[in-house]
Amino acid sequence: MTQEDLVPPELKRNVFVAPVDWIYNLGRAGSVWPIMFGLACCAFEMIVTLTSRFDLARFGMEFMRASPRQSELMIISGTVTKKMAPQVVRLYDQMPEPKYVLAMGACAISGGPFKDGYNVVPGVDRLLPVNVYVPGCPPRPESLLDGVLKLHQQIRGETILTSPWYRKGVERELPVPECGPWGLVLPKGEESA
Amino acid sequence: MTSQETFERLAARFPRFELAYVEGKDPSIVVKAENLVELAQYLRDQQEYDYCSSITAVDYPDRFEVVYHLYSMKNEGGPAILKVHADRDNPQVPSVTSIWTGADWQEREAWDLMGIRFPGHPNLKRILMWEGYEGHPLRKDFPGPQDEYTFS
Repeated sequence: MTQEDLVPPELKRNVFVAPVDWIYNLGRAGSVWPIMFGLACCAFEMIVTLTSRFDLARFGMEFMRASPRQSELMIISGTVTKKMAPQVVRLYDQMPEPKYVLAMGACAISGGPFKDGYNVVPGVDRLLPVNVYVPGCPPRPESLLDGVLKLHQQIRGETILTSPWYRKGVERELPVPECGPWGLVLPKGEESA
Repeated sequence: MTSQETFERLAARFPRFELAYVEGKDPSIVVKAENLVELAQYLRDQQEYDYCSSITAVDYPDRFEVVYHLYSMKNEGGPAILKVHADRDNPQVPSVTSIWTGADWQEREAWDLMGIRFPGHPNLKRILMWEGYEGHPLRKDFPGPQDEYTFS
């Protein structure tokens, strides 16, 4: 006897049986709200992805939230300079869990053409755990939409049993780097992500 | 008005100043740092170079050079390019913020990235890097990033 057989025949057309994970993740993946947050020229591609021509709202990202406390996706749209890095990590720390990071463009992935520069973090994954990398310089809006769909796939594949968000004893707050005399330094005793 | 004409007018007006005319694709006028403010005042008031579009600095093996690009909005003239040499050990060039207010941030940038001091500047502090940063990154002898966030 399967679960389907538990449903009385007269209700078969109205009742749908599914795992909790499936229905829960469907709801979560269908409304990932990004934080309104742009760093460099990739931000313009991100903005145009929101407009009616590409229409990010089709994928449940109705609007960018202007507060980290109401958002669950951080699109790192552009170069992360060392002067901006503390603020980026601070915004990430303020987002409620579950939270995801999408690194958009060559600069956010690896530093891009500025990777040897004195003021550029060579890849935002040195600071934050990144879920999706979208290559390009800058990526076309279609690429960003593809990255968003990849993120939806990841979210649908999570289970409540194993995702880090629901475990106890996980260190949740990332250390915020500080601007020191030679570049970024982490507070004493901390290690980067 | 070409750079040549500007140079000739300057040379006629200030015969005691040491001026040099450098030929090239963009001809320029090399002036002494101590005469800069007086020349700039003259260029703005009498020659109508009312717009200082850029102040930048160059690192040469034996000297620093501060470059001024002047345009005239009234006569649609320019650019007149002024170059000032500064010694490597303690580069100092007088500020021209009293003449062109727009020089303020440009001089701060030259201080921040090239380490050239501008005596007379009202607020000479770093503009792009943060306060407390050591060194001037666009100098040729800058060692590069020294922290753990370095590409490898």
